Amino acid sequence: MAGGGDNGAIMSDSGIIESARAEACRPWRRHDLSAADWAETARAAAAESRVLLAHWADAARVYALFLDPDAGAAVPVSTAVEAGVYPALSPVLPSAALYERMIHDLFGHRADGAGDLRPWLDHGAWPCAHPMAARPSPPRPESDLLDFSDQDRHMVLSTGPVGGLIGEAAHLRLTLDGPAIHRADSLLGFTHKGTLSLMRGKSPRNAARFAARLSADSTVAHSIAFAAAAEAALEVAAPPRAQRLRVILLETERIAVHLDTIAEIARLAGARSVSARCGALRETVLRACQSAFGHRLMMDCVVPGGVAADIVAGGAEALVRALGDVASGLPEIRRQHDGTALASRLSGLGRISGAMAVSAGGIAGRAAGRGFDARSALMPAYGHLAPPPATQKAGDAAARQAVRLDEIEQSLHLVGCALDTLPAGPVAAALPQGSGEGIGCAESSRGDVWHWLRIDHGQIAAAFPRDPGWVLWPLAEAALAGAMAEDADIIRTSFALPASGMDL
Amino acid sequence: MNQPPAEPAGAPDPETIASLSARLEAAARVRLGRSLAIRHVNTGSCNGCELELRALSNVFYDLERFGLRFVDSPRHADVLVVTGPLTRNLKTALEQAWDAAAEPKWVVAVGDCALDGGVFKGSYAVLGGTGLSVPVDLAISGCPPSPTRILSGLRALLEANAA
Repeated sequence: MAGGGDNGAIMSDSGIIESARAEACRPWRRHDLSAADWAETARAAAAESRVLLAHWADAARVYALFLDPDAGAAVPVSTAVEAGVYPALSPVLPSAALYERMIHDLFGHRADGAGDLRPWLDHGAWPCAHPMAARPSPPRPESDLLDFSDQDRHMVLSTGPVGGLIGEAAHLRLTLDGPAIHRADSLLGFTHKGTLSLMRGKSPRNAARFAARLSADSTVAHSIAFAAAAEAALEVAAPPRAQRLRVILLETERIAVHLDTIAEIARLAGARSVSARCGALRETVLRACQSAFGHRLMMDCVVPGGVAADIVAGGAEALVRALGDVASGLPEIRRQHDGTALASRLSGLGRISGAMAVSAGGIAGRAAGRGFDARSALMPAYGHLAPPPATQKAGDAAARQAVRLDEIEQSLHLVGCALDTLPAGPVAAALPQGSGEGIGCAESSRGDVWHWLRIDHGQIAAAFPRDPGWVLWPLAEAALAGAMAEDADIIRTSFALPASGMDL
Repeated sequence: MNQPPAEPAGAPDPETIASLSARLEAAARVRLGRSLAIRHVNTGSCNGCELELRALSNVFYDLERFGLRFVDSPRHADVLVVTGPLTRNLKTALEQAWDAAAEPKWVVAVGDCALDGGVFKGSYAVLGGTGLSVPVDLAISGCPPSPTRILSGLRALLEANAA
């Protein structure tokens, strides 16, 4: 065993793993299991409440990524797909269900034993079915996926894909029992753009623009995780100055996104002045990003090997000024949140229990007491800068709002520290034309983002990005059940549900 | 019952009606016509254009002072603002939104993806730009276009509409 973790101890039945063939999947090692061992690993993971971080496929194999219990490493495993079939993880690990539907739609691999293989991304409009398979099939007949013909006794409230004022394209169907939500069902895949196939065959540098456009408000986080995966696969390291600039970019993105979410929730809760204040502060930050990095959302600023360009002369000062404005506006925003109106509107809404939060990273997990933050152990660029995870206990919309406010404060401090200690030197390293497999991770404003890449002679052979949406949608569905219909918008927004990133 | 004392009135002078209505129409075009209801339709965006569309409502741009506002339904809209490459999965949604909007209506394609598919051109899941499905009146390029750019495009539409 080599690499970042002592993989002998990863699963309860460590004999399985140790006997398996291991391949480099830097910074860790991936164990290629037999179908029986794959199923046994899933059972062991479920028995010990291991977190399934991601589940994906390529034309020949399926992969799963588990979080090591000490949270300092991730454990990739895989198994070959035999005659189009592999053992399903979902009977013991329910969070695998959406991934299994995605894998079936894109590659045609069928999860044997899965309870639900309804289409997820393939709405019957593509020119072929299983477009990522070695040999795509004729198209699936177009069917009305929005026709859920189950609970006909209840009133149904349907929103999307064209819904809300300005938002992402997703369908959410609330089945009502009087004023309460009986159950919530989501359907995504509308914004599926074929990102995995577009990345294939390109150099990491050329494919980075697709990683940057998975989800615009996490563009820096996705770009960093993608770059880290490419750098791990090709065994290069971004120069120290680039590493530190990435910290500045990611924390600035976090501040801007949290301000946007807080503004939106305050607007929905009727606190217009808080909303206007946060909106103005966000705009101030975005304008500083334009001056410092040449792009308001910092899109394409992070590239494999480092960052695209150094911070513009005078940009650091502009950024410091804007963040100073945020720092001086924060106490008033906090005061408004502690005030009875906003606090009582948000408390108790969309509550998730500690048990539900076990698999949830990001804000949702931390607001329910799970102190997991990828910056602490999984992003070496942070080192001693990594802040202690900001946690709350209540698990409701108010707790999520409180975590966001705490994190803005932490990020303001972090950007200041990183700017003060910015090392001199180059901002990018050249990528060799090599081959290899790697995994990268970043803590976005919503939660941990993971990218897996296999590079063959300098070109991407296979890729998978895991957006936090894969975790958040099932969690939001559970939190919506039992809530009042009138609170649905606030609950949705408090999870900051994304669509594009997980639609691929 | 007594008859009401009011006497039957003859028809008003048709010439007066015609001249009044012409004057009203001219005044209304200038005073009331300077307002557009906008419905946003996402046809597969990465959410970048949405972030900048939302920014239009912050106090720096204050979209509503120009008589521009976002509405909930395409039935209430004069303008459809379309973002994102046209994915195959959202083509029907765009066409339904376009059919639902009453004439006269305008379509504004916002962002490089809505122009021609942008970086997603050539994917099996993407058809291309908005124009492949509905007629586009105005295109605003950028990835994403800044709020200033979007606002200037929308105001041009407003001026053209009032002229």
